[in-house]
Amino acid sequence: MNAIGLTPRLLRSLLPALSLVALLGAIFWLQPRAMSYVGFNLMLNLAIPIAFATIAQMCVITVNDLDLSIGTYVGFVACVGATLLSGGVAALPFVKDLQASGALPAVLPWIFQTPLAGVLALLLGIGVYALLGALIHWRNLPSIVVTLGMSFVWLGLSVLILPVPGGQAPQWIKSLMTLKPPFIPFPIIAAAIIAIAAHFLVMRTSYGAVLRGAGGNPKAIERAGWSLLRVKMTMFALAGFFGMLAGLSLVGLTTSGDANIALRYTLLSIAGVILGGGEFVGGRISPVGAVIGAATLTLAGSFLSFLRISPDWQIGAQGAILILVLALRTLIDRAEKRR
Amino acid sequence: MTALLRRLVAKPWLWAYVAALSVWVVTILFTGGRGGGEVLTAAFTFATFSVIVGIGQMYVVTLGPGNVDLSIPATITLAGAVATKVMDTQDGMILVGLLVALACGVGVGIFNYALIWLLRIPPIIATLSSSFLIQSAAIAYGRGIRIKPPPALADFTTSQVLGMPVLALCVIALAAIMEVVLQRTVYGRWVTAIGQNIRAARLAGVQVGRTRFSAYVMSAVFAGLCGYLLSGFSGGSSLSMGEEYLLTSIALVVIGGSSVAGGNSNVPGLWGAALFLFLVVTMLNTYGFGAGVRYLATGMIIIAVIVAASARRPAR
Repeated sequence: MNAIGLTPRLLRSLLPALSLVALLGAIFWLQPRAMSYVGFNLMLNLAIPIAFATIAQMCVITVNDLDLSIGTYVGFVACVGATLLSGGVAALPFVKDLQASGALPAVLPWIFQTPLAGVLALLLGIGVYALLGALIHWRNLPSIVVTLGMSFVWLGLSVLILPVPGGQAPQWIKSLMTLKPPFIPFPIIAAAIIAIAAHFLVMRTSYGAVLRGAGGNPKAIERAGWSLLRVKMTMFALAGFFGMLAGLSLVGLTTSGDANIALRYTLLSIAGVILGGGEFVGGRISPVGAVIGAATLTLAGSFLSFLRISPDWQIGAQGAILILVLALRTLIDRAEKRR
Repeated sequence: MTALLRRLVAKPWLWAYVAALSVWVVTILFTGGRGGGEVLTAAFTFATFSVIVGIGQMYVVTLGPGNVDLSIPATITLAGAVATKVMDTQDGMILVGLLVALACGVGVGIFNYALIWLLRIPPIIATLSSSFLIQSAAIAYGRGIRIKPPPALADFTTSQVLGMPVLALCVIALAAIMEVVLQRTVYGRWVTAIGQNIRAARLAGVQVGRTRFSAYVMSAVFAGLCGYLLSGFSGGSSLSMGEEYLLTSIALVVIGGSSVAGGNSNVPGLWGAALFLFLVVTMLNTYGFGAGVRYLATGMIIIAVIVAASARRPAR
């Protein structure tokens, strides 16, 4: 093993990629036709919003917190995207009801039709995330409980915006998400861009090192003169930003909004981060791994359908993959200790 | 008298009851005093189910930071589906059904702790990944079947004595027992000691592994019990019947005045918190608010409670 330099440490960092390759290999073996432009598009389409949500979760996990509200937040963004962002205030169902009943004129002035309302709502969402980071740091609150409360808040806001599934995604997002670049399928390009951008942001910049350090040794970061409050706010705002991208890309794929559209993203994003080699404490994270983890979880569904196993077991397969990869990681860790 | 009062005010669970009572008063002010009793009956009925899982979740949370059971909803669904299928509407099978539901819980609990112990993964991830598996099993097992519960079980879970649900009385007794177990038995003290300082507990001779194991099994068993009773109460099991109990069970622990960081818990607060959460929903319904506002209010309350609780806690 040492002859080719395959140390446990290297093996450990390669584990996420290896599991993705193994899964892809199994899929191609079962169904060679999946290895095509259309095949990749179909299999990995939904990996884009999940990858964004996973990166968002990763930002929060970096500073030793956990976001249980990311799923409903993504749903909130999708609802805003399908209403305020495409047709302004006039696109809200309750405004339409008022128009139908004659309480409001049939044609509203431009200020009610501008998508700026949507932009404002999304910025407000990111602002709320930054404030949450501040609140959690300031009062030393358990993030699980605070974000648990926030998950109800986002759900409530989504239901107020869009009581029943519907709305219409803005045309520019729809065309972006159905882009057909030559040779390489769009989901792969998108995943690569997300991974590289997030990698540079937190792994290559000097402030990124501070952000990760705040998860590893907050006291040291504070003594070195950095503000932990600002670190927490930055990381939570980043989570809000990536969560927003998740919601927008999701609504671009589904073309309409729904408050409950992304409830499963909360658990999927945590699973994706851990699958990608991240750890709960200590600021040990891997953005590239997180994107790979998200793709692996998305592919689990395709794998089952090629095996002709009922989609009932899709969630179960995701759980099994998670357990398998973690078991392998434990084995590698033990091998490392023995040396 | 004042000494007694002072001791009562110092109890962390008191505020949940005070809040529940004030919400109830505000609700019946709107209706002019009518329906106050019915509201309380309904509150006790629905609070019962969340208290059952809340007790298990609380024992797990008491074990210290990072300990939480995310597999409760999946276990509820699985136990409900398996039990209704085994009982197959026959009254004679009620006990067998109960045992099967509890056995589901034991199985899930052992599996959860095996992941935590053998793979050394954080409990959140362990219970998360096992909940994926359990949920899938429940979906695959319960797909398309909607079997009614045995009539006797349905009668028992919906029966009342003087406006008080019988099931609620049973669970009040259960909560009282679990409070005694937590505060007065060696086992309960061990759970608390582990939550306060796991290293110190180990050095003091606490059997850390065995205590944690039994807490996780207990949580899953209570989830199984909840699934069993819930399927009897709501006329059969459904695939989404556990969903709301993940967030509710954690919310009960927090609002009930137990420390989220572990090591300091109480059972009475669970009842207060469960009644409070249900009464808030009833109040907003009475005042004519829709689902959106209800969710919004629930979320705000959870955040407000945790911020208020942090003011009491000494800074570390």
